[in-house]
Amino acid sequence: MATTTPTHSAARGRAPRGAAPVRRRPRGLGGSRGRTLNFWLFTGPFLIGLIVFVYVPIGWSLWLSLHNAQGTVTPTEFVGLANYADMLGDGDFVDSLVNFTVFAAIIVPITYALSLTLALLVHRIRFMKAFFRSVFFLPTACSFVVASLVWKMSLFNGLRYGMMNTVLGWFGVDSVAWLASPHPPWYWLVICSARLWLQCGFYMILFLAALQNIPRELYEAAAVDGARSGWQTFRHITLPQLRATSVAVVLLLLIAAYQAFDEFYNILDEGRATWGRPPLVDLYLQALGANQDYGHASAGALILALLIALVTLAQGRFLGFGRGDEK
Amino acid sequence: MTVTTPGPAGARKRSARSVMSNTGLYLALGVATLLFLVPFYLIVRNALSTDADITGESWRFFPADLQWGNVKELFEDPSVPFAKALWNSTVVAVLHTLGTLLVCSLAGYGLARIPYRHANKVLYAVLFTLMVPAAVTFVPSYVLVSSLGWVSSLRGLIIPGLFSGFTAFLFRQYFLGFPKELEEAARVDGLGYWGAYWRIVVPNSLNFFAAISVITFISGWNAFLWPLVIGQDQSSWTVQVALSSYMTAQTINIHLIFMATAVSILPLVLVFVFLQRWLVQGVAQTGIKG
Repeated sequence: MATTTPTHSAARGRAPRGAAPVRRRPRGLGGSRGRTLNFWLFTGPFLIGLIVFVYVPIGWSLWLSLHNAQGTVTPTEFVGLANYADMLGDGDFVDSLVNFTVFAAIIVPITYALSLTLALLVHRIRFMKAFFRSVFFLPTACSFVVASLVWKMSLFNGLRYGMMNTVLGWFGVDSVAWLASPHPPWYWLVICSARLWLQCGFYMILFLAALQNIPRELYEAAAVDGARSGWQTFRHITLPQLRATSVAVVLLLLIAAYQAFDEFYNILDEGRATWGRPPLVDLYLQALGANQDYGHASAGALILALLIALVTLAQGRFLGFGRGDEK
Repeated sequence: MTVTTPGPAGARKRSARSVMSNTGLYLALGVATLLFLVPFYLIVRNALSTDADITGESWRFFPADLQWGNVKELFEDPSVPFAKALWNSTVVAVLHTLGTLLVCSLAGYGLARIPYRHANKVLYAVLFTLMVPAAVTFVPSYVLVSSLGWVSSLRGLIIPGLFSGFTAFLFRQYFLGFPKELEEAARVDGLGYWGAYWRIVVPNSLNFFAAISVITFISGWNAFLWPLVIGQDQSSWTVQVALSSYMTAQTINIHLIFMATAVSILPLVLVFVFLQRWLVQGVAQTGIKG
C-alpha cells in the first residue's frame, strides 16, 4: 500500500505494490497502518495520562487495600480482606454512609423539585426571561468554599449578628447556635440550603433546555382534547416529556451527594465535628490525618465506589435509564 | 404552578385570568430572586464594612462609609498570602483548561473519526473511568502524586486532572456530529488527519471549544478537594484552600475574609456576565461538570 501519510516512516522501506510511488494521496487518508498511527497520534497522549493518573491509582489502591499500609505506600504485609472488614465494622465509616443516605434523601428531591419549578416559571414568562435565568444561574459561579464561608460566618452565624439570627430577633425569637451541636440538627438546614443555592440554577438550565424541546403541538393537541391547562397538562405532557432529563438530573444529584466534601469539611470545622460526617471526609481523615492509613482509606474508597456504581445501576434499572428516549 | 403555553386567543375572562397568573408568576420569581441574591449581598456588604459594622448590636443594612481601603489592606497584610493564592489559582485554572482541551479534544477526535480496529476497546477503557467518580480516587491519586514528589507543586495540582474521560467522551460525541463534507474537502486538498483537524475541524468548532473551556475553567477555579490534598505548603495554596484556611484562623479579620471572597468570585462573575451564552450552551451540552 502506498497510501501512507508522510509521518508514517515505518512503512517507508516497503516497496509500494503499484508500479511507481503514487504522489497524490487518495481520499482514504492513509492506509490501515496510517490510520492506526494516526489513531495513536490523536489518542495516545490522553490514553497514557489516563493509564498513569487513573488506572494506576485504581490498581494501586486495590493493592493497598489488601495490605497493612499505615504510613507507607509500598507495604509488604498482606492482610487479605481485613481492611474491608474493619471499615464495614468501623462506626465512623458506617455512620458516614448513613449520613450520606440521610443527606441524599433530603437534598435530591428538594433540589429536583426546586430546579424544575424555577425552570417552569422562567420558561413560562415572556419578559425578563434572560434576567431571571441569569440570577438563578449566578450562584454556580461560587465555589462550595465560598458558600460555606458565607453560610457559616454570616448567614447562619450562631452569634447575634448572624443574618438569620438577626431576622429571628425581629420576630422576638432567641438566637440559634446553628452549628454548635447536633441536637437539634440545625446543621442539616445550613448544609442543605447552601447546596441548594449552589446547585439549583445549574439543573434549572438543564430543565430549561429540555422544556424548549417539547413540541408545541403536544399542548395544542391536549387543548383540543379538552385537557385543562395547569396540573393536567403538566402531569400528562410536560412531566413525561421531561423523563430523560429527570432521570439524568436525579442520577447526577445522587452522585454529587455521594461525593459531598467541600461544604461538610468547611462548615463543620474541618471534619473535626463528630456529627454529620460524610464518607469522603472520613476517608480524607483516614489517609491524610495523623494515621496516614492508606490501607483502610483505600478499602473505604473502593467500598464507596462500588456503592456509587450499584446505586447508579439500580437507579438506571428502576427509572429506565437509556430506554430509548435518551437524546 | 401552571405550565401551559399561552393557549389560543380566548375569551376576555381568560385574559383577565392570565394577567392574574402572570402577576403571580412575576411575584414568585421576584421573591426567589431576592432570596438567591442574599448571599451576594452579604459578601459585598461585609467586604466593604469594618468589623465593628459587621458585628454591631443592630443590623447595618449597608455600611455608611464603604471601606474601599479593605482591598489594599487585603493585599498588604503579610499574614494573609492572598496574592500568591490568586496567582496560583489563575495559573492552575488556565493551564487546566488549555491542557484538558488539547488532550481531550484530540482523543475525542481520534475516537470519533479515525477508523481503527481496536477503537471500540479503547472507547470502553475510557467509558469505564466514568463509572469511577474522580473524588473517590483522590486517595490513590494522592499516593501516586506523592511518590512522584509532586505534592505542593503546580504540576501536582494541574497534570493529574487533565485526563478527563468525561470531557474526551463529550468531544467524541460532538465530533461524531461534525459535518463530514468539510473534512472531505480537506482530503481533496491533500491534508492528513492532523492537518484537517487543525485547519478545518478546530476552526469550525470554536463554539463548542468555547463552551467546554468555560465550564472547565470554572471547575478548575472552584476545585477544592484536590488542591487541599496537594497544597500542603502555603506557597501552593489556591484561592479556595486559602479561603478555607481563613475560616478557621482566629487571626484574620472578618472584613478581610469577605473581601478575599469577593475578589475570588470576581473573575467568575465576569465570566458569567460576558460569556453566558457559551456557559449556558456548555451546561446544556455537558450536563455534568460543575
